[in-house]
Amino acid sequence: MRAFALVLLVVSLWPHSFILAATDSNEIQTQKSITDRSIAIPEWNDWKRVFLLQDYNTRIVILGTTLLGMSAGMIGSFALLRKRALMGDALSHATLPGIAIAFIIATSLGLNGKSLPILLAGAAVSGLLGIGGILLIRNLTRLKEDAALGIVLSVFFGAGIALLGIVQQMQTGHAAGLESFIYGKTASMVASDAWLIGSAGLTCMLISILLYKELTLLCFDEGFANARGFPVVLLDMLLMGLVVVVTIIGLQAVGLILMISLLVIPPAAARFWTEKMAYMSLVALILGALSGMIGSAMSAIFPNLPSGAMIVLVATAMFLFSMVFGIPRGILIRKLRRHQLNSKVNRQHLLRGLYEYLEARGLLNEKQTAESTFVPMSTLLKMRSWSPAKLKKIVNRAQRDQLVVSLQADQIRLTKAGLLEAARIVHEHRLWELYLITYADVAASKVDQDADAIEHVLEPEVIAELETLLVRQSTAGVLQSPHAIEIQQEKANGHQSGTRRAT
Amino acid sequence: MGGLENWNWFLDGWIIVAGILCAASTALLGNFLVLRKMSMLGDAITHAILPGLAAAFMISDSRSSLPMFVGAVIAGILTALFTEWIRGFGKVDEGASMGVVFTSLFALGLVMIVQAADHVDLDPGCVLYGAIELTPLDTILIAGWEIPRVVVVLSVVLLINLLFVIFFLKELKLSSFDPALATTTGFNATMIHYTLMTLVAVTAVASFETVGNILVVAMFVVPPAAAYMLTDRLGRMLVLSVILAIFAAITGHISAITVPHWFGYQSTSTAGMMAVASGLLFVFAALFGPRHGIIVIFVRRQILAWKILAEDIIALMYRIEERDPQQKPDVNYLRDILFSRPVPTQLTLRYLTKQGQIKDTNGAYELTETGRDMARQLVRSHRLWEHYLVEHAGMTAETIHKQAERLEHFTDRDLREKLNADTLETDQDPHGRPIPPEENSD
Repeated sequence: MRAFALVLLVVSLWPHSFILAATDSNEIQTQKSITDRSIAIPEWNDWKRVFLLQDYNTRIVILGTTLLGMSAGMIGSFALLRKRALMGDALSHATLPGIAIAFIIATSLGLNGKSLPILLAGAAVSGLLGIGGILLIRNLTRLKEDAALGIVLSVFFGAGIALLGIVQQMQTGHAAGLESFIYGKTASMVASDAWLIGSAGLTCMLISILLYKELTLLCFDEGFANARGFPVVLLDMLLMGLVVVVTIIGLQAVGLILMISLLVIPPAAARFWTEKMAYMSLVALILGALSGMIGSAMSAIFPNLPSGAMIVLVATAMFLFSMVFGIPRGILIRKLRRHQLNSKVNRQHLLRGLYEYLEARGLLNEKQTAESTFVPMSTLLKMRSWSPAKLKKIVNRAQRDQLVVSLQADQIRLTKAGLLEAARIVHEHRLWELYLITYADVAASKVDQDADAIEHVLEPEVIAELETLLVRQSTAGVLQSPHAIEIQQEKANGHQSGTRRAT
Repeated sequence: MGGLENWNWFLDGWIIVAGILCAASTALLGNFLVLRKMSMLGDAITHAILPGLAAAFMISDSRSSLPMFVGAVIAGILTALFTEWIRGFGKVDEGASMGVVFTSLFALGLVMIVQAADHVDLDPGCVLYGAIELTPLDTILIAGWEIPRVVVVLSVVLLINLLFVIFFLKELKLSSFDPALATTTGFNATMIHYTLMTLVAVTAVASFETVGNILVVAMFVVPPAAAYMLTDRLGRMLVLSVILAIFAAITGHISAITVPHWFGYQSTSTAGMMAVASGLLFVFAALFGPRHGIIVIFVRRQILAWKILAEDIIALMYRIEERDPQQKPDVNYLRDILFSRPVPTQLTLRYLTKQGQIKDTNGAYELTETGRDMARQLVRSHRLWEHYLVEHAGMTAETIHKQAERLEHFTDRDLREKLNADTLETDQDPHGRPIPPEENSD
């Protein structure tokens, strides 16, 4: 358990605290002050209390943040695909003047200025005004979305700060609590807050499930949706309305500035795991829920970690994990695929080089001869822009697959399987060259390069089609090359294809 | 004005100077952010600076400004880099990658600051709203003068930004308007991009330390956006944005002192009011800009709509007359055919009467000689177009009317001559109606 705690500490991404906890532990024990903020490793009891949800407060907080993460993840995935990821940011800033004005009005009417419904109503009104401003700027001026967001965000927030400056001078009521809207104070969430988050969040999710088809169409093909008679403007406003609601219920929990992260990060992370909209919103929902749950649990275990920030950091960790390991869109899998393609391309180039070398010397008529002919590596080096080390690697790999045999340091020959494979590759290359000459008007002297770019990714069906399309010019197994092949000369110019990515 | 009686040239003067310096140096760079559609980067950078400040404190264990400055600038540059990486490697949409990066860094910064709060009075509130009001209290001695530290720092930043913009104006212009061309013409657009990002981070940190991040974001985006509504030329846009920013800084501080007094309160946040002032400037520019202003565009469209309605009315009357010379249409008859709204129709009819193109005889209208000439040219344009569209654009006779209806309003005599020549001077349109002659033959 202790080891796990240490891992968690490292995950908390704060090296300094780790050092403090390790070295200053004596001091901490001797003079534990109320302002002490170092992270002590919690007792087993603390863990148990959180994991078994023994504290009423912990239960509320974890439930509330989990629900919030779920609804934000789901709504956020639509917003993300609609390229409105930063809308939540602008929106959450735009709520501030509304909060301040609601407080001022409520207090001057003798009501409790800090009552949540009043503040949230104010936030909603000014949030909607902000969205209206963004839409007006975007549609009526020549400024683009980014500038519209920036203007609304900064001006509304500035107005909010100016109004808060006034609120702080008011005689009646304490304004101090308003600050929590900016940073959020999840730890003080009460049951009614969790209920509010739960009911509003679930309603939002329900609406988006009911209108799932329409919203998906809106995100992927607005023009098509419009042509099919869907009320695009109305749907767009509905989607933004959902974003407003989720943002506002999240303000109290994670705070104004961090709310956007719940709308952006889980959907962006989910994007790495799937190509399908339905799965994406489901994964985003799960990731959002996990962020809320783990984040607030960690802040319950380590009381000095602010919960809003912890929720975000957990989400970030999930995002990074997804970005690297996500299937099918993560970095690792894409790198792997590219690597596979590259080594396939390299092997094909090697085999083709060997084949063309033998062919040019007339050594192919009797297959037996070909198999026993050794080709010097130095000749191959001249054919492609390979470095000796790289060629060595390619040869070694081909040897492992028993396509070539390398006798001494720079002598290789094709095996029987290698020769068959080489013949197939050369044939396909020439098919494609012939196609380009016949149908794409590419000059015979240029066609080699163009064919290089595509031949490695041809599907078997395409090859078959090419075969039927083009009259076989050779009765032998392999097509004649439509252009002269110069083996001994330098072919470096324009032959970068060894490293070229087949896109 | 209430509030101004407490005006103190030493205090308020320096606050305004700091505001002006900050506004000018941010607005200068902001032009390129707006043109490159990267307006939100200022916001992202200012949020993400937090962990840089905290880390700098933890490493150097001091609150002296240099390590803090360096730490924050590094964090700012990292924001731009991370955003670019996630966008590039992860293939995430630009806005989303920015959102991921800056919220994460901000959260990280909050955690670090809360942990460090015992040892450092880094108040997140101060970081967010700024404390421009405290500017004059922190001074250093330069050549026997007591000058606020902020003013010195911001002056240096402004100078650097100014030099950068002046020396690299051509490169900035090219890489902002046509990055592809900039890359192919050989100079390093990436280099310019990252220099700009670094300067944005430096400027943001320098301003943010004292005036808070709202003001920084507002000044990066709002004055340049307003200037963009007023002009099409980059040079003028740069100058205008700086002027607007300075104006916003001055009015912002004055209104922060005076406006709350009208409602019986003390002064409020200068930074907040500067943002509000620049927002109001933007609204004015967006409404009244000479070429791109919303009102100008609206009026231009209205005038065009009325002109088209007027032309439609006389062309319609010509056609009615052509069919039955005795028929004199009234308002309702015209409206029924044109589907026009009552008020604009009435106004247009009155205008046409005044122009002497139509005559009003007890509610029934008829064309005057000048009106008939005008109308004939319109109908001629229309029918020539119809003919042309069928002959040269391969459209069928059923579909051409709408197109011709649109084109006839923008067809002058020269174009009619050309159309006439192109359609081999036929005298019938595809519907079999006569194409009227250019001049009245009577």
